[in-house]
Amino acid sequence: MKRWLSSLGPHLWLLLGVLVFATPIYITLIGSTHDASTIGRGDVPLLPGSHAVENYTAAWVSGGSGRFAVSPASRMLLNSTIMALCIAVGKIVISLLSAYAVVFFRFPGRMIAFWTIFMTLMLPVEVRIIPTYQVIVSMDLFNSMAGLTIPLIASATATLLFRQFFLTIPDEYVEAAKMDGAGPMRFFRDILLPLSVTNIAALFVILFIYGWNQYLWPLLVVNDRSLETIVVGMAKMIGTGEAQNEWNVIMAMAVLSLLPPVAVVIFMQRWFLKGLTETEK
Amino acid sequence: MASLEVTGLTKSFGPTHVLHGIDLAVEDGEMIVIVGASGCGKSTLLRIVAGLETATSGSIRIAGREVAALEPAERDIAMVFQNYALYPHMTVEQNMAYGLRIRGLPKAEIARRVAEAAGLLGIEALLARRPRQLSGGQRQRVAMGRAIVREPKLFLFDEPLSNLDAKLRVQMRAEIRRLQRRLGVTSLFVTHDQTEAMTLGDRLVVMHAGHAAQIATPMEIWARPADTYVAGFIGSPAMNFLAGTLTEGGHAVALKAGPTLRFADGPRTGGEGRPLTIGIRPEHMDLAEGGIPMPLDLVEPLGSETVLHGRLPSGEALVVKLAGPAPDAPSLPVAFPASALHVFDGETGKRLDP
Ligand SMILES: Nc1ncnc2c1ncn2[C@@H]1O[C@H](COP(=O)(O)OP(=O)(O)O)[C@@H](O)[C@H]1O
Ligand SMILES: [Mg+2]
Repeated sequence: MKRWLSSLGPHLWLLLGVLVFATPIYITLIGSTHDASTIGRGDVPLLPGSHAVENYTAAWVSGGSGRFAVSPASRMLLNSTIMALCIAVGKIVISLLSAYAVVFFRFPGRMIAFWTIFMTLMLPVEVRIIPTYQVIVSMDLFNSMAGLTIPLIASATATLLFRQFFLTIPDEYVEAAKMDGAGPMRFFRDILLPLSVTNIAALFVILFIYGWNQYLWPLLVVNDRSLETIVVGMAKMIGTGEAQNEWNVIMAMAVLSLLPPVAVVIFMQRWFLKGLTETEK
Repeated sequence: MASLEVTGLTKSFGPTHVLHGIDLAVEDGEMIVIVGASGCGKSTLLRIVAGLETATSGSIRIAGREVAALEPAERDIAMVFQNYALYPHMTVEQNMAYGLRIRGLPKAEIARRVAEAAGLLGIEALLARRPRQLSGGQRQRVAMGRAIVREPKLFLFDEPLSNLDAKLRVQMRAEIRRLQRRLGVTSLFVTHDQTEAMTLGDRLVVMHAGHAAQIATPMEIWARPADTYVAGFIGSPAMNFLAGTLTEGGHAVALKAGPTLRFADGPRTGGEGRPLTIGIRPEHMDLAEGGIPMPLDLVEPLGSETVLHGRLPSGEALVVKLAGPAPDAPSLPVAFPASALHVFDGETGKRLDP
């Protein structure tokens, strides 16, 4: 009884936290099941309506019907998924390799290379956006998936994280692998990669969501409807001024846009746990 | 199986000179133990032989072949590391098989060798486990297994027992020795523990500050240490050292502590008054009527023997080990049997023989 009481306080706090985070999502979910006029009137319904199928169909198939219609959600979700996957996988591959080079090899200019990479940390996409734009245009990558993803792949965060992790790997493994006759790529593949699984899984989630949420860069570098991403598309549906927004469809689209990141988190969670229970140092 | 010859090996890390010219010839099937205080360059020597470090100068020949230009894996050597360095994400079996897989041995051959080594080490039941699921002693065995399956020309051990508790250490020590004899593989074993060194080695290399102070069999090193460092390092409790000068035409030493002792084995060269250091092991000291009175600081009864710590009138500390209990007295007369004296030069510390 006493224990139950003492855990009441923390539970109330946690409940409050859950409410704060969940309420907007709940309102969005409910909003996506009403018709345009209910929300247009300014009501905030708290119970599900009867227009769910119609709203989701509109979002999925046509991307809205009004002045601000965009590509269908099916298309935009695919674009976003490809973009986020390219960014996450690209960043992980590049940073694994560069961290591997910086930590395990002695070559002239090693620290210069590392600090150059490190310095890009201080320059987020927004700061270098104009030169980057120019480079992409001059490379003829405007309006392409490559143009959309490559500039976002190059960044230091993941390199830094892998570097720190690699530094904790005992030299004895490297030496044992040398005695076993494993060359550099073999060591990377057979020993370093398996030991990094947990880190890779965690980073993948973070980077996938980072890529998924990109707004400014896709807005600038793509104006082809068929390459539109869902985050940009959704924002475009929200008009300015007096115009009547199709809030019901926008909300349906917002709910759809949540699903892939949620799926990634749920799927990768199994990998962190696997990593946590199966590897050790 | 092969011989190993190290000649004129030196190593510097930048301005730090770690090895100053090591010469060592290991015969086929021999077990050589490299022993010395921490930081004297034992691991560096071993790692150069393994190819994990490059020598500054000197040569290394395994089975008569110069190996300086070869990669570690090409030298046909297996190494057991201090922390075992088992790959944590692989099972015991995979750990043992990894080097063989890289060499491209047929699957059946790998399986045969792994099974054989596992049988030899009694770890058949552990093959499917990961290193995390093993005790220290089991990991040690797996690390040995990984070395054995390679069927190398040379085994290298870098303090492989130092992470085990005392009891297991004694047990594994005996096991390593039996295994090495049985397989007949030439081995270099590094340790800082003199008991380990004495019990394991066919011959010892006592290292001191990057030099090989003495290379000889354990008994030879114990009976005839080459200098005061070796004399003090090997043997427990450590040898006593007393200052003195040569006298009676080289036939005796006048100890600073008082008595003059005649050498049992013949005269030493040098003029009257040449400074000497006389060494005598605590277990060779006697209690005798008419000896030098030694006030006792500390008495350590160890059951079958007793260790007495005292100070001579000259101020020099002295340790005496007696078989059986010590008489109960605040001061005891100690004597120096002439046959147990080791004579060293008082300046260089080198052994002086008749
Ligand atoms: N990579 C290195 N760089 C600089 N100094 C080193 C390096 N490796 C070892 N040393 C130095 O060489 C000396 C001998 O080291 P080591 O061979 O490991 O000693 P031991 O194994 O006998 O304890 C030590 O003083 C150590 O600081
Ligand atoms: Mg060492």
